[in-house]
This record gives sequence, structure tokens and C-alpha cells, in this order.
Amino acid sequence: MSRARVEAWLFVAQRASAAALGVCVAVHLATIVYAVRGGLTAAEILARTQGSVALALFYGVFVLAVAIHAPIGLRAIFREHLGWRGAALDAGIAIFAVLLVWLGWRALGGLFG
Amino acid sequence: MRGMEPGTISVRVWRGREDGGFAEYSVPRRASQTVLDVVTFIQRKLDPTLAYRYACRVGMCGSCAMTVNGRPRWTCRTHVAKLGAGPLTLEPLANLPRIKDLAADLAPFFDKWAQALGRFVPPAESKAEFAEVPPDSKARQAADAGIECIGCAVCYAACDTAAWNPDYLGPAALNRAWTLMNDVRDAAGPARLAAIAEAGGCSACHSHQSCREHCPKNLNPTASIAGLKRMVAKAALAGDIE
Repeated sequence: MSRARVEAWLFVAQRASAAALGVCVAVHLATIVYAVRGGLTAAEILARTQGSVALALFYGVFVLAVAIHAPIGLRAIFREHLGWRGAALDAGIAIFAVLLVWLGWRALGGLFG
Repeated sequence: MRGMEPGTISVRVWRGREDGGFAEYSVPRRASQTVLDVVTFIQRKLDPTLAYRYACRVGMCGSCAMTVNGRPRWTCRTHVAKLGAGPLTLEPLANLPRIKDLAADLAPFFDKWAQALGRFVPPAESKAEFAEVPPDSKARQAADAGIECIGCAVCYAACDTAAWNPDYLGPAALNRAWTLMNDVRDAAGPARLAAIAEAGGCSACHSHQSCREHCPKNLNPTASIAGLKRMVAKAALAGDIE
């Protein structure tokens, strides 16, 4: 794949993930505000999240969107402000993306399982 | 203070290359005086070693742009009276290497113009008929909106992304690419699209809109770049990027 094509796809991926994040963040905040109206304990939260397929699907997508969006943005920041570019940067960013997916899904597993 | 004398302007002018400093001059204030008039007075009457650049003096050639009181401007159409009563500070354009005094090296600016394939490329075989370009077509309207660029590099000097990212092609080169991508006669669309989809191309723009704010021709390169971003995204999804 040519460099131009890779860059174009990264651009599309970042815009698409931003759109997904817009919806995810709004739903996440609205749910929190609704759920904690009368106070909420950890036990009550777990009672609602454990075994919830809807929760797993929603936050699974949320984590993926973050893992796509944040590393691409960070890559641009590193390129512009630290002058870091090339294969080492791309490898570092890919590792960061995998780390975000792993940590995010691990946390989700704690709520679901 | 010299700058407070009635009828004179205190002018601080950058002298030297990257490691130079400011020299101070006192220039008589005149009616309808432009910043370029001030610089020319200094060079003709006070210090003939001052280096600067200009050609047409009427806002057509784009060669007299400098940093005036911290902002990039075309000096031939910038009236001193409209800049307030304070002293004038003149430097070469930012984001470009300095050659001497007020003359910046525009080679990187035009190299990037070439890198963005900012030139009309006719089809390999000439067509028997003239191309029809309806004046009210969407493509023609889009090209019209950006076509009056005079290549003064004011947008490039004003651009944060150009300051941060040495690979960034810059607003003028991308604006030119946009006008050509909307030219139905041009034959280099796929190659140009690949050139502007690269890391320093349209996707590097953060839409700060400094180019739009500073363009002396009131063009909107940010809108042109946004058009290129849409074009690149659609081409990526369609698998049309080389």
C-alpha cells in the first residue's frame, strides 16, 4: 500500500472514530447522569453491568473508537512538536493502540464478567 | 523620543540573516503612505544596503510581503495610517529561511507548490474540441473561489501548521491544487490526489484558519483544503488513491 493511501486511510479512520466517539461520549454521560440520580454503590453498578450484552457491545465499540482515534492524533502531535517520524513512530503508535484496546477491554471484562 | 516627533514614523527593521538584529530609522510621515513606501524611503535615503523585494507596487505580483508589527501583510497595499500611531516593526516573512534583511527565501514555498502538482497538466492527446466549462457548474465555482491567489506567501507565513510541520505543503499550494482538481481540462487528477494525500498534505491542516484571516486577496484556503480532505476521503473509500 502506498504511503499516500495509508495516510488517506488514517485520515478517514480518525474522522470516523471521532464521529463514533461523539455518540459514545454523549450516551455515556447521559447514562451516568441518569443512573446516579439517587446515589449509586459499586455493588449496584455491578448488578446492572454483569452479563449485560448491550453494555459489552457499547463499551467494546467505545474502546475501539478510542484506540483508533487517540493514537492517530498522538502521531500527528509527535510529528509536529517532537519531530519524531518514520517507522519507529508508527511502531510506537501501534503498540499504544494495542495497549488501549487491551486495557479498555480488560476493564470492560471486569464489569461484564 | 524619536518616534514621538510630529510628522515622523519610528521604524524598527530587521537587518541581517537568522542571527541579525533590529536597526531603527526615522521616516517622514506622508499622506497615503504605504509600508512599502516607508521601506523604499529607508533604502533610497537612509541606508542603501537594505535588502527587500517588490515589483508591481499595486497588489498584483505578491512579492512585497513582510511581517509588519508581527502580522504577515502585503506591504504595497498596507497603509501606515491604518496601523495606528505606534512604531513600525518590520521583519521578513515567517516560516521561511531569511536571505538578508527583509528578503525571505521563497524557494521552500514554491518547491511545495510543485510538490502538490500545482501546475496545469494538459491531456496527452489534444482534443479536437475546446473543453466546455459551464460558468455556473459546481467545479467551476469551486475553482473560481480560489483562483485569484497571487502567491505572496502571506498564508504560509501565518500558518501554525507550516511553522510546526516542515513537511506541510501549506495553504497556497493546497489551494492551488484544489483549483486544479476542479479544472475539467486538467489530466493530472490521480497523481495530484496522491501528492496531497501524503503525510504533509491536506490532512495535516488543523483548520486554524489563519490563512483565511491574513490572505490579502480575501481567499479562503481553509475551505479549499476542506474540499481536498473530502476528495481524499472519498477516493480512499473508493480505492482510487495511487
